[in-house]
Amino acid sequence: MNPYNYLYVSGLLFTIGAVGVVVRRNAIVVFMCVELMLNAANLTLVTFSRINGTLDGQVVAFFTMVVAACEVVVGLAIIVTIYRSRRSASIDDASLLKR
Amino acid sequence: MEFTAPVLNYAQLAPILIVLGGALIGVLIEAFAPRASRHSSQLFITIASLVAAFAALVRVRNQASVDAAMGSVAFDGAGVLLQGSILIIALLSVFLIADQENFTALAAAVPGSSEERESLQRDLRVTEVYPLTLFAVAGMLLFPLSSDLITLFVALEMLSLPLYLMAGLSRRRRLMSQESALKYFLLGAFSSAFFLFGVAYLYGYSASITFAGIQSSVIGGSGNDVFLLLGIAFISVGLLFKVGAVPFHAWSPDVYQGAPTAVTGFMAAATKVAAFGAILRIYYVAFANAQWQWRPALILIAIVTMVFGSVVAIAQRDVKRMLAYSSIAHAGFLLAGVIALSKSGLDASLFYLFAYGIATVGAFGVVTLVRDSAGEVTDLNRWSGLGKRSPLVASVFAFFLLAFAGIPLTSGFIGKFSIFSAAYESGSTWILISGVLSSAIAAFFYIRVIVLMFFKDPVEDGTSVVIPSALTLTTIVVTSAITLLLGVFPAPLITFIESSAFFIR
Repeated sequence: MNPYNYLYVSGLLFTIGAVGVVVRRNAIVVFMCVELMLNAANLTLVTFSRINGTLDGQVVAFFTMVVAACEVVVGLAIIVTIYRSRRSASIDDASLLKR
Repeated sequence: MEFTAPVLNYAQLAPILIVLGGALIGVLIEAFAPRASRHSSQLFITIASLVAAFAALVRVRNQASVDAAMGSVAFDGAGVLLQGSILIIALLSVFLIADQENFTALAAAVPGSSEERESLQRDLRVTEVYPLTLFAVAGMLLFPLSSDLITLFVALEMLSLPLYLMAGLSRRRRLMSQESALKYFLLGAFSSAFFLFGVAYLYGYSASITFAGIQSSVIGGSGNDVFLLLGIAFISVGLLFKVGAVPFHAWSPDVYQGAPTAVTGFMAAATKVAAFGAILRIYYVAFANAQWQWRPALILIAIVTMVFGSVVAIAQRDVKRMLAYSSIAHAGFLLAGVIALSKSGLDASLFYLFAYGIATVGAFGVVTLVRDSAGEVTDLNRWSGLGKRSPLVASVFAFFLLAFAGIPLTSGFIGKFSIFSAAYESGSTWILISGVLSSAIAAFFYIRVIVLMFFKDPVEDGTSVVIPSALTLTTIVVTSAITLLLGVFPAPLITFIESSAFFIR
């Protein structure tokens, strides 16, 4: 199978994620969309690793997973704190700073 | 497959490793030390590791090698200057952070809960802000030295993740502070996803993740140009987000306003140095030969950024928001140095970064001093007449504003002059014109604040200037002295930068 097809799939996933970040209102869902974008990037990396015939792309993919896990820790901590003080995880409610 | 053990040059990595070690010790102190001694020992460890890192950096300052860590970290003159600036700025910011009055005692407690009240009354402080600062500093030290895409990405996250948390630690207006942390985090994660996608496409273009490999692919010109273009575009989104360039600036006014002021100062100054360091390296080394792919777009972004930042700053009523828009405008000025793509552009950018970072820390240091019974006062209307009540503090703040505006006898003038002349030499006349115009607009709102402080009558609503703690005072004195010194007598630093600033390829 032509490996370039995976690039189209990952591009599509990335776009879905990006659109999700922009249109969704719940912080958790927005965050999940960001994760989708990171995974799309991972798929791209692995595909290029196959196309180029070098292992570097797969190594980057591993680092991405680790970093994404750290991001989840920090991100969920922030979202849960916000939820506990507001009883809502909607990013539209968080608008004290907008003037 | 054969496994080769990595060869690391520990002397050159020492500044980063010392700061990371200090951060880990800080985590242990947080877990095991008795509460009474925690704050002082954390502060000691933080200051000690920053000073030790600086000493380690001074020791290896004349070395240069691409192989500090197997080709992943390039240690060179520009890197030393950037690391030195970051360490000095971080140390001065830690002095501001040491004033724990503005930090929440227990970040996990729900605002307004009895738990929070109790921790404040009994002064049961958690001091996680110090290790977080050190982790962020370690990431910042690594970021401008990274010479491959993995290191660049890991360093980017290493400096960002602690900052997201630190933005939410404010003691007063906690909902606002948490909201700024959420915004910073979501937008930051969004931009780093773009960054990673760019990394993937650059790898697809050049089959290599090192800057040197990308550079040689660009020179060879054998790869697919669409991949290169996508890669540069997406990676630039991630990097420009960090420096707050328009149109990726949306987070910065909110985060600057919501975060504790000491953290804002640290973030504004040190992140900008680190991120511009990385931008300079990647554009000067990896993308230099592909300048037709990115230079026109970057020129447009620089112009829009300076004009937008300066114009919108006029309308701000909050001093921290105003400084945020001013920092957006400064990001535009600094992009002029990237666009210059010459040795003089690099020198000018390094000087500007140091001068701007120092003045920013000082300015936010002054902002922490203006308070009323409910904490810091950042509403500009309530700053009116400050110069009549506290002439000294108001004069120092006015001095920093003049430095931002680029008035002669301040470091800002030298910085702006050298960066715009570098941009002009490289043929970007439009950058010069819009830079001078937006500097003029910017000078208007800086001077408006000065007029407000000195020529309006004071408002009687309990706004007053508190006596600064010894450490805060040190920061303000040192930053204003450096700002003045660099304005009156910049030659030694400029000569030093000119002789040592270069990127190893």
